[in-house]
Amino acid sequence: MDFAFFLIQLLNGLQYGLLLFLVASGLTLVFGIMGIINLAHGSFYMVGAYLAWSLSSMTDSLVAAILLAVPLTVILGMALERLLFRHLYQRDHLYQVLLTYGLILVFEELRSIIWGDDVHGVAVPALLNASIPLTDNLSYPVYRLAISGVCMLLAAGLYFLIQKTRLGMMIRAGASNRDMVQSLGIDIKLIYTLVFALGVALAAFAGMINAPLSSVTPNMGSQVLIICFVVVVIGGIGSVKGAMAASLMIGLAETFGQVLVPEVAGMIVYVLMAIVLVWRPEGLFGKA
Amino acid sequence: MNSRLTKFLPWLVVGLLALFPLMESTFYLQLLTKVLIMAIFAMSLDLLVGYTGLVSFGHAAYFGLAGYALALLAPKYETVSLWWSFPASIAICALFALITGMLVLRTRGIYFIMVTLAFAQMLFFVFHDTKLGGGSDGIYIYAKPTMKLGEMELVNLEKLEQFYWLVLFLMAATYMLLHRVLGSSFGRALLGIKVNEHRMRALGFPVFRYQLASFTLSGALAGIAGYLAAVQYGFVNPEILSWHQSGAVLMMVILGGMGTLHGAVIGAFAFVLLQEVLSNQAWFGIAAKHWQLAMGMLIMLVALYLPQGLAGLMQRFGRKPVAEAADD
Amino acid sequence: MISNGLPPSPLPEQGGNLGSLRSQAVTGAPILRTRGLTKRFGGLVAVSDVSLDLHVGEVHVVIGPNGAGKSTLTNLLSGDLPPTAGEVMLEGRDIAGLSSDQISRMGVGRSYQKTNIFLPFTVFENARLAAQSRTPHALRVFSQAEGYAEINQRAQAALAAAGLEHRAQRIAATLSHGEQRQLEIAMCLATQPRVLLLDEPLAGMGPHESQRMVELIKKLSADHAIMLIEHDMDAVFALAHRLTVMVNGEVLESGTPAEVRSSPAVQLAYLGGEELLHD
Repeated sequence: MDFAFFLIQLLNGLQYGLLLFLVASGLTLVFGIMGIINLAHGSFYMVGAYLAWSLSSMTDSLVAAILLAVPLTVILGMALERLLFRHLYQRDHLYQVLLTYGLILVFEELRSIIWGDDVHGVAVPALLNASIPLTDNLSYPVYRLAISGVCMLLAAGLYFLIQKTRLGMMIRAGASNRDMVQSLGIDIKLIYTLVFALGVALAAFAGMINAPLSSVTPNMGSQVLIICFVVVVIGGIGSVKGAMAASLMIGLAETFGQVLVPEVAGMIVYVLMAIVLVWRPEGLFGKA
Repeated sequence: MNSRLTKFLPWLVVGLLALFPLMESTFYLQLLTKVLIMAIFAMSLDLLVGYTGLVSFGHAAYFGLAGYALALLAPKYETVSLWWSFPASIAICALFALITGMLVLRTRGIYFIMVTLAFAQMLFFVFHDTKLGGGSDGIYIYAKPTMKLGEMELVNLEKLEQFYWLVLFLMAATYMLLHRVLGSSFGRALLGIKVNEHRMRALGFPVFRYQLASFTLSGALAGIAGYLAAVQYGFVNPEILSWHQSGAVLMMVILGGMGTLHGAVIGAFAFVLLQEVLSNQAWFGIAAKHWQLAMGMLIMLVALYLPQGLAGLMQRFGRKPVAEAADD
Repeated sequence: MISNGLPPSPLPEQGGNLGSLRSQAVTGAPILRTRGLTKRFGGLVAVSDVSLDLHVGEVHVVIGPNGAGKSTLTNLLSGDLPPTAGEVMLEGRDIAGLSSDQISRMGVGRSYQKTNIFLPFTVFENARLAAQSRTPHALRVFSQAEGYAEINQRAQAALAAAGLEHRAQRIAATLSHGEQRQLEIAMCLATQPRVLLLDEPLAGMGPHESQRMVELIKKLSADHAIMLIEHDMDAVFALAHRLTVMVNGEVLESGTPAEVRSSPAVQLAYLGGEELLHD
């Protein structure tokens, strides 16, 4: 493997890992703060991708589509939290699993009714539709670099939000001590709604920006969900830092796996998970 | 309900079910066969969810694995003997459950749910992405297994009613086995673990070993159902170990009322019939194509408003609530 | 003790004369001893360099203010928590770091400060499960659980000892708080331990129930080694053969009740013994 080729795979792996982080961070926050397991999280990714496709074919611009779609997904997230998830906080995980499983079926069928079952493609925005030549016959697409950049900006923003702001302080306090937060007179319900909507929007946004890279397909939601579960298990529940480390690890492992050992590439992430389970069942950054 | 009746009711139900082929309706006989297979599957999961306190969302893995085991063990165009292919398939499931159990049982709660799902999905990709099991198309099982004693054919599985009776027998046998096991010291220990795992440890119970035994038994029983399902459909593809299947069986367990064996059976009946009704084009026309929408909503309603399932519902209307009765 | 013409045994036989067992054990080697036992949670030292001995026939009471590390000490001995450093020797074998189920099977039983029972089960089933944990055939999967006369007997005996036999068929959740505490002890007894770790067994009990529990512990001390954590000073001085005072995770003083009472360090820490006597 020469250097240019290696560099391309490295960049691809990082880009894929960063994208996973956007989806998984929302999942792990909702796990960690509200104690909810949400199987339908992958559906938000799928919804994002389909919104990007349908809105960009209407407006002829992916950027415009994203600007329109993000507020929609925030509203969707808030509505779901108020109407459904709120009833699950005190319930056994079993019922959370059941309800969110039902929710997946609803999302899948609504998607089928509204957008059909076909596979679609989304055009790369003209401004970013270029490549940086690396060698005579190898080049790297600008759009992928742009995605990585946007993901890193969002990750930095998320870090700032959680570590430095008052809302973040409340989020962290909520994760560690629900009663304390409530006794301070902080509106924990509002925090839950905001965190949930944030998670939905991040997942959907990931689906939107990834739409031009991979086609928009009916079962994309469940695929990303399972990988994100692996990310959360490896990183440790509720740990955004862990989600970042595990996302990058899996992004790189899968990308290089597909190049080096294509036959077993699909298994690599699960083997990684099995190793972590034996070595540190609570996850790399989880609380023991 | 008096206890005498409760004791004989299961036998009465099995007796009545055994007479069903007299109705001579191919469609309903096949449907009922499917229901009974799902009942075995649901009971196997109930052992974990309802009696050991382990919420597995990857139970289809063991169901599907048995089907694939049959398809791969059988010669392509010839029949395979049920005598060895059946126990071999179950043993493969038990072994896989033992190995995955050792890993997943290191986790608890939300982690456990995610990890069981992830391992099931791993198996899904093994069969979906490699040529081992014919990829996404799966494998056809052209000839049903034979069940001979010497030269005499005991059961001809090509004949629908004979296959039905075999399935009914295995369903009743699974019920009886679990009934015995759950009433034993072992079963009591499982219930103890479900209620208060920490205390069981402090009492000196090696909790992990009990959970692993339960997990393995549950995987093996799911294998019985998966083997029979593969025989009935005549093919296997990755869909039979997809997580939709895992979700469906969990729904059956909760719909019927978890922690009761008959609840799992009732849940399987209700779920399969519901599926059949909702996807009936004659009744719902174009909406039948999107029957999963209605099913999804029903599942959500059950999760929100019927946590004790149909068994709980019957109790609510039929009898004094348990809590009240206990307070003398 | 001499039966069937056999020569006198150096160890008392099971069910033999408890008096002789007691005198022998107290002077002999401790059944459970800790040396330098330490537990840190991050930077916080919960238990620091604790050394104590438990003898069969003795009640060793551990007292100290809340947060002194008494419950953590119990958790270290029972295996609920692994120690950071130090050793726990059970009859000469180091059990530090073993899991709680292993330690329980070696004959160390414990009760919890917060009632820790199987609420949805009957009182009898609670005790029966505890008794079942001692049978080597626990993995028998077909014979029905109630079919073992020996286990049933042990469960009944434990309930009777704790004064709960008349409640056997009640659901545990419907018992009064004091009765649940009794059940906690009964379950512990049904596992037939030689060492008993009792974490505030009298907490929340009425005077009548407390009295009963004190009598029970006194009776049990004849053939068990007991570590008792307790705040009720009347009970402490009624029961203690040996008394250890813990403060901030460390042993402040250890000795006979009389020695501890007259210790200047304890006097100082407790402002003239006032708080020690009326905690």
